[in-house]
Amino acid sequence: MSESAVRAEEVAGAVATSILPRKPQRRWTRFILPTYTGAVMVYLVSPILVMILYGFNKTGGLKVSFKWQGFTLAWYRGLFDIPNLTQALKNSLFIATVSTLIATAIGTLVALALVRYRFRGRQVADMIMFMNIAAPEIVLGAALLSFFVTLGLPRGVLTIIIAHVMFNIAYVAVTVRARLSGFDTSLEEAAQDLGADPWTTFWKVTLPLIFPGILAGALLAFALSIDDFVITSFNAGPVSTFPLWVYAAARVGVPPQVFVMGTLIFTFGVSLAAINLLLQRRRVRPALAEASGAADDVS
Amino acid sequence: MEQHLQSDRPGVARHGSRLGKRLAPYLLISPGGLWLGIFFLVPMLAMLSLSLQTGSIDTGFRQTWNFGVYPHAIGEYHKYFLRSLLYGGVASAATLLISYPMSYWIAFHGGRRKTTYLLLLLLPFFVSFVIRTLAWGFILSDEGILFGTLKSWHLLPSSFRVLNTGTAVVSGIAYNFLPFMALPLYVTLEKIDRSVVAAAGDLYASKRETFLRVILPLSVPGIFAGVLLTLVPAVGDYVNASILGGTENHMIGNIIQTEYLYNFNYPLAAALSFVLMAGMVIGILAYARVLGTREIEEYV
Amino acid sequence: MNAHDPTQVDPVWLRGMTRRRISRRDLFKYAGTGAGALGLAAFLEACGVSGTQPAAPPSEVGTPAWWAKQKQAGELNFANWGYYIDVKKGRHPSIDRFTQQTGISVKYQEVINDNYEFLSIIRPTLQAGQDTGYDAMVLTTNSPVLDLVIHSFKWAIPLDHSLTPNFNANADSAIKNPPWDPGNKYTMAWQTGLTAIGYNPKLTGREITSVKDLFDPKFAGHVGMMDDPQELGSVGLLAIGVDPAGSTPDDWHQAADFLKKQKDAGIVRSYYGQPYINHLENGDLWISQAWSGDVVQSQKSGYTDLKMVVPDEGGMQWTDNMMIPIHAQHPLDAIKYMDYVYDPYAAALIADFITYVTPVPAARDVIMNQLHDAVAANNPLIFPTPEMKARFKQYYKFKDNAEADEWNSIFNPIAQG
Repeated sequence: MSESAVRAEEVAGAVATSILPRKPQRRWTRFILPTYTGAVMVYLVSPILVMILYGFNKTGGLKVSFKWQGFTLAWYRGLFDIPNLTQALKNSLFIATVSTLIATAIGTLVALALVRYRFRGRQVADMIMFMNIAAPEIVLGAALLSFFVTLGLPRGVLTIIIAHVMFNIAYVAVTVRARLSGFDTSLEEAAQDLGADPWTTFWKVTLPLIFPGILAGALLAFALSIDDFVITSFNAGPVSTFPLWVYAAARVGVPPQVFVMGTLIFTFGVSLAAINLLLQRRRVRPALAEASGAADDVS
Repeated sequence: MEQHLQSDRPGVARHGSRLGKRLAPYLLISPGGLWLGIFFLVPMLAMLSLSLQTGSIDTGFRQTWNFGVYPHAIGEYHKYFLRSLLYGGVASAATLLISYPMSYWIAFHGGRRKTTYLLLLLLPFFVSFVIRTLAWGFILSDEGILFGTLKSWHLLPSSFRVLNTGTAVVSGIAYNFLPFMALPLYVTLEKIDRSVVAAAGDLYASKRETFLRVILPLSVPGIFAGVLLTLVPAVGDYVNASILGGTENHMIGNIIQTEYLYNFNYPLAAALSFVLMAGMVIGILAYARVLGTREIEEYV
Repeated sequence: MNAHDPTQVDPVWLRGMTRRRISRRDLFKYAGTGAGALGLAAFLEACGVSGTQPAAPPSEVGTPAWWAKQKQAGELNFANWGYYIDVKKGRHPSIDRFTQQTGISVKYQEVINDNYEFLSIIRPTLQAGQDTGYDAMVLTTNSPVLDLVIHSFKWAIPLDHSLTPNFNANADSAIKNPPWDPGNKYTMAWQTGLTAIGYNPKLTGREITSVKDLFDPKFAGHVGMMDDPQELGSVGLLAIGVDPAGSTPDDWHQAADFLKKQKDAGIVRSYYGQPYINHLENGDLWISQAWSGDVVQSQKSGYTDLKMVVPDEGGMQWTDNMMIPIHAQHPLDAIKYMDYVYDPYAAALIADFITYVTPVPAARDVIMNQLHDAVAANNPLIFPTPEMKARFKQYYKFKDNAEADEWNSIFNPIAQG
């Protein structure tokens, strides 16, 4: 904050010369800005409402129709009526699960290395992760496809998983690292002083403490994987995932089941995020208690 | 340099050999390093190499150091690069204008409901990007919920249209990337030391002056980060252009995708991707010189 | 910022959500490393993509002797276009009937949205000499892809018509021994259809009768044209009064000029693939080049205002063709199914639902007397009357690739931004 302090001094000097009567402009903060914020929120949420609403539209045909023709649950009942869509969703869930597990494990290790140790190559690792996150998705997808083409590796589920792990490692590492860096090492030290070996310390103290960070990283990885379109489309070959299927179907018109699945994924995701938030609020204290308990155990 | 961070403290990390400690970070980082090395760095080189090859999908491609592909790619497709930059830039500016007042209000006056507002801001991320764009397209439709209604009230001429124009593409990009702008802005504004703001007030700065001379300058890192976060993906995006745009609104991403996946013109596609990448790196560096701060990372 | 502050959304998570983190110092480092990487010329030199020239399939594939050796596998993977088969309560009655009759279970896959796109998906697999995973697939005559697949690449298995009794007995003479596949060596029609004009009279304010209506400045910004060069060029030729089948390169240039004027005058909203129908439904388009069937299906799903017309100048007739891709795992199951759709009852189930021109004239009786759908039976777009047939025009058949390239180089720039 030193920089801001310096600037503030300059500013203070500047404004001190122009002495003006202080008129509280409550109008802005009480009315205009909140209303404006509300309007932006409505703007952000409106396509979601469209999606949810039109999953209930009783269309005569098989495609989403934007002419409201009455309320129906038919698309919820017939959620899995389109085998290819169902398969695409299954593919997405499978790919997201596998790539999340791999990326979370690898990314957590990277985060541990970066936070806990100083070593030659640390900055290179930082830089590579930064590049990975900053590069436009289309370039990541195109580069990976060039590589697979050069190797003569046919595209499919395997190449999609490789791609998803590739773009998720850095996100997981960054997320877990942020959690680790605010982490008090005194508990670990206490555990070790009390005779716990590093392995026990890791499982009983470190892991429970950083678990919320790992979980947040994993959730993020899962969300990014299940929603990825650009990189996947370059490396999918004949395999379809949920976003790829929807994009392709959009050329002819999507069936309402797509909106229903979108609604269900939305509901699930929001619930999960809410639970995660609540857990984080609660976990801080119990985790500390548990950790000190673990330290007691090993003594 | 190579030193266990905690070994400054006596009695800590007394287990394991010195060698083990030295190797530990490398062991920890090697799976991630290998993965990113093989599937991120090497592919970049493979793409560069591919761009200089010649051949066809049937006969194969061989390295001929055909540097001519680059002038060709730029000469033939500069229109698409410029259009992408234009759309991305306008969309990015729009998200800045739209989200600044909101981020400001949440950061300074959000009170206890801050978390709720932020969650609302994140809601779109729980819906698939493609579905969001589709739904946005339906909202923008000529006779749709929005414009259809306005037309039926005669507030708009019946020939009015947005969908399948550049405006639709820009608005789609702006919609999709708005949270990328709003969140870093919020984080920066939230971090501003309130006592500095109060000091300005104590020194008889008007609200307006306080904003223009204290808050706005202090939020520059957030603006910087937000513009990068929206501009980079926006320029490379092709989903908005293909769902919301018309034939005249194709962006460079559309071309790269078509050349790679449909036309199998790998060298051209690789060259275009490389130009896009290089252009962005150079652009970001220049931009960082002009506007950047030392550690943007902290604010993002 | 305290990460554990419970009143905050976890900033870690926010950071992740924003997905991108930047610092200038890192950027400079990156640039340095990038320069170093350029030194790896050797690596770049060593890279290459091996040729994937399709290996000629073993010559006995598709011979009667080869067909005699094939066994029914009891399963079939059928790749078709979206919304192109009968649906009832999430099932396909015509397919269920086939499964009951033969014991072959069908995995029906709506994976084709575009001829080129589909080819690009299956091409790498076929070039590697592997099975695409599909035993039957459907490609369209108005796209050069069909010719590439069956004639240039020879990626379809020759059919044995001793195995296709229904086809031999019931197929419309128009799709037997067609010009694109003499003797039906590789293909049998799935459906045929017309490229004509779809419109919404409420928005246009008048009935449409002519191709020229697509060029009316009154509809500026609300006219849909197709981005496929074949479709676009053919309608341009019709508009200048030339029959596409007998056109010359001079005609093509004239048609292109005519289309360019239409574009420059701001009359065309956009050049579309499939999505034109959604825009027609939403009212974004008032009038558009349209495929028969699409419009009838839209009418059924509630867009009762929409209309379809075959203009005075004529409509382009195309055919979607079933074929068995090379290396298919279940060819006998595939040919049995391909023949099954020529059973009049099966053809009726399909045609009554999707409302394209059926290749089985006998389906009309079934629709009339067994499905009791007089409207469909009397629809000239499903069962064309002689007067209607007189308006069907054929696409220009290219003599060689150079001609196709010439056509494309004339019409593609119009549709591309």
